[in-house]
Amino acid sequence: MIKITDLHARVEEKEILKGINLEVKAGEVHAIMGPNGSGKSTLASVLAGREEFEVTGGSVQYMGQDLLDMAPEERAREGIFLAFQYPVEIPGVSTTNFLKTAVNQIRLHKGQDSLDAVSFLKMMKEKMKLVDIDQSLLSRSLNEGFSGGEKKRNEIFQMAMLEPTLAILDETDSGLDIDALRIVANGVNALRSEDNATIVVTHYQRLLDYIIPDFVHVLYNGQIVKSGTKELAMELEEKGYDWIKETVDVTA
Amino acid sequence: MSKDNQILEEFAQSDYKYGFESNIEQESAPKGLNEDTVRFISAKKEEPEWLLEWRLKAYRHWLTLKEPTWHNVSFPDIDYQDIIYYAAPKQKVRPKSLDEVDPELLDTFKRLGISLDEQKRLSGVAVDAVFDSVSVATTFKDKLAKLGIIFCSFSEAVREHPELIRKYIGSVVPAGDNYFAALNSAVFSDGSFCYIPKGVRCPMELSTYFRINAANSGQFERTLIVAEEGSYVSYLEGCTAPMRDENQLHAAVVELYAAKDAEIKYSTVQNWYPGNKEGKGGIYNFVTKRGICAGDHAKISWTQVETGSAITWKYPSCILKGDHSIGEFYSVAVTNNRQQADTGTKMIHIGKNTRSRIVSKGVSGGFSQNSYRGLVKVMKRAEGARNFSQCDSLLMGDQCGAHTFPYIESDNSSAHIEHEATTSKIGEDQIFYCLQRGIDEEDAVALIVNGYCKEVLNQLPMEFAVEAQKLLALTLEGSVG
Repeated sequence: MIKITDLHARVEEKEILKGINLEVKAGEVHAIMGPNGSGKSTLASVLAGREEFEVTGGSVQYMGQDLLDMAPEERAREGIFLAFQYPVEIPGVSTTNFLKTAVNQIRLHKGQDSLDAVSFLKMMKEKMKLVDIDQSLLSRSLNEGFSGGEKKRNEIFQMAMLEPTLAILDETDSGLDIDALRIVANGVNALRSEDNATIVVTHYQRLLDYIIPDFVHVLYNGQIVKSGTKELAMELEEKGYDWIKETVDVTA
Repeated sequence: MSKDNQILEEFAQSDYKYGFESNIEQESAPKGLNEDTVRFISAKKEEPEWLLEWRLKAYRHWLTLKEPTWHNVSFPDIDYQDIIYYAAPKQKVRPKSLDEVDPELLDTFKRLGISLDEQKRLSGVAVDAVFDSVSVATTFKDKLAKLGIIFCSFSEAVREHPELIRKYIGSVVPAGDNYFAALNSAVFSDGSFCYIPKGVRCPMELSTYFRINAANSGQFERTLIVAEEGSYVSYLEGCTAPMRDENQLHAAVVELYAAKDAEIKYSTVQNWYPGNKEGKGGIYNFVTKRGICAGDHAKISWTQVETGSAITWKYPSCILKGDHSIGEFYSVAVTNNRQQADTGTKMIHIGKNTRSRIVSKGVSGGFSQNSYRGLVKVMKRAEGARNFSQCDSLLMGDQCGAHTFPYIESDNSSAHIEHEATTSKIGEDQIFYCLQRGIDEEDAVALIVNGYCKEVLNQLPMEFAVEAQKLLALTLEGSVG
């Protein structure tokens, strides 16, 4: 589905990604772990098309297209979804209104008719159950005055509504208590299918107790230094990131 | 260059959609202003002697005044002798129904999206359309007449209801109030008059569309609304003007009179031609709007969405004379390119326990300057007066300016006055968030701006709110290449 080859990116003058190689196939869940500042969130942002990150080398193939050549909204319409680490607030715009605009622009892109209010509300009702989100929250201004947990749940709710092909969860577990974590993870699991894939970016192993990854990659200093299965995450949890740092720095 | 700068740069390129000109034969006064011009207008309108005298008095007073300079806008000197003060579409007889109106004129309205007959059928809005200086047609008059409501052009009111005009004209905005009000009083050409009798609740929104067509013509309309005891009326005003290189002057006066327990809601969507990207052309909009809550428990509420004009200079105000009376001002002012807006309100608390509320939202882009200027004045006997003001500014790009000039004068120590102000920039983060959900930049900007203005847009009557939202989106259209 997506193939990242020797990807380099920098912000201003600082090189952050220094040659990322990663392939994700349909139906798979990949976890990307790593210490703070290793480039995890940068990778997520670059894939979503954020402009402050300048890609200086490498390529990304997504569903047979050159991803780096596509505008951010095009990527979104082609099925890439980023669950933000820090979802922004948009005062005066309700989640419902926001999502209606998004859903219909994506449908337009796919050559489908806009959803009328009734079908849209019906779709919302179904998806709301997945993340146990309340109707009243969706009528409020987007993310304004939401708690940390509500914001993250709202991200997953949006993901459910937009039905992405490739979902990238950027530190979705940060700031969540264990109940919220479970709700969010259940939502993500319910959306898993043979046709889509998920990249879970996280600092901690605990999210992976709920969202079981097929592969785990450790990102350190802008490169993937170790890949394995979910056991790798357990090992990391046990030994800490210093273990990775030592291994890498010694071999280097 | 950051993304929102880029957006704004291109936001500057959105075109004015109402810039067509109608080929209607005009009947004009000669250029320039002197006592003869005033007499010409008065004669054209077949006015009574007292009104001519009133105009002349205003004109003579105007001669003694100087153009104000305290505002935060700058423009080349206006040559008041280079303006045509009266231009009327040539028409042999006054139209009695829409069928008698020049089809070209009706076509103009259609292109504006306000086809009169459509409105008549669909929305139930009574429209008094002012095209240049003469009121073209007033719809729904019969239905309103049954309730004793008078809604007609100002000229017609002068003919049919001289006692009312004589009683109220200049009672809220005196003829010599300020430079532009004095000018208007001398040369006003037409406008709207509305009278709601005691205890009557006007069953529909009353609406006027203003449009400036003739080149070099100034538009000086007057609106007078009188709401008698316990009555209610909601009034809508919308404006557009064709594209021209020269600047056109618009100096209107609006007077609202609310008796005891009466309520007037006055909403404006102003979309005059703002000039081109370099600031050439566009309307100079110098307007005096004021309402008086003359009786106890009266209420006046101003709502305005200002997206047009090269220069906007207006301060819809409330004189809260009656005890427990209420004044409200809700405003969205959007400036772009080289537009300049200096707008706000005055709340004058005279009666006891009077309350006022001010919500102002400024949006500036391009090289524009957007100022809020407001006065909250509490007089000595205004025991228990309360005011709440909120002034927010949204900046798009880094070449524009937002300014706030709040003045507070209180002579009564029991008054409560609150003022809140914020300034924010439209965030790259917000735009990226929208993009990531598949929403393109144009729609993202429109969505964010509409959200920001929601508190004010919510005050507009339903059909107008939709229009205003579209207008905001339209103003922002073309912001992405």
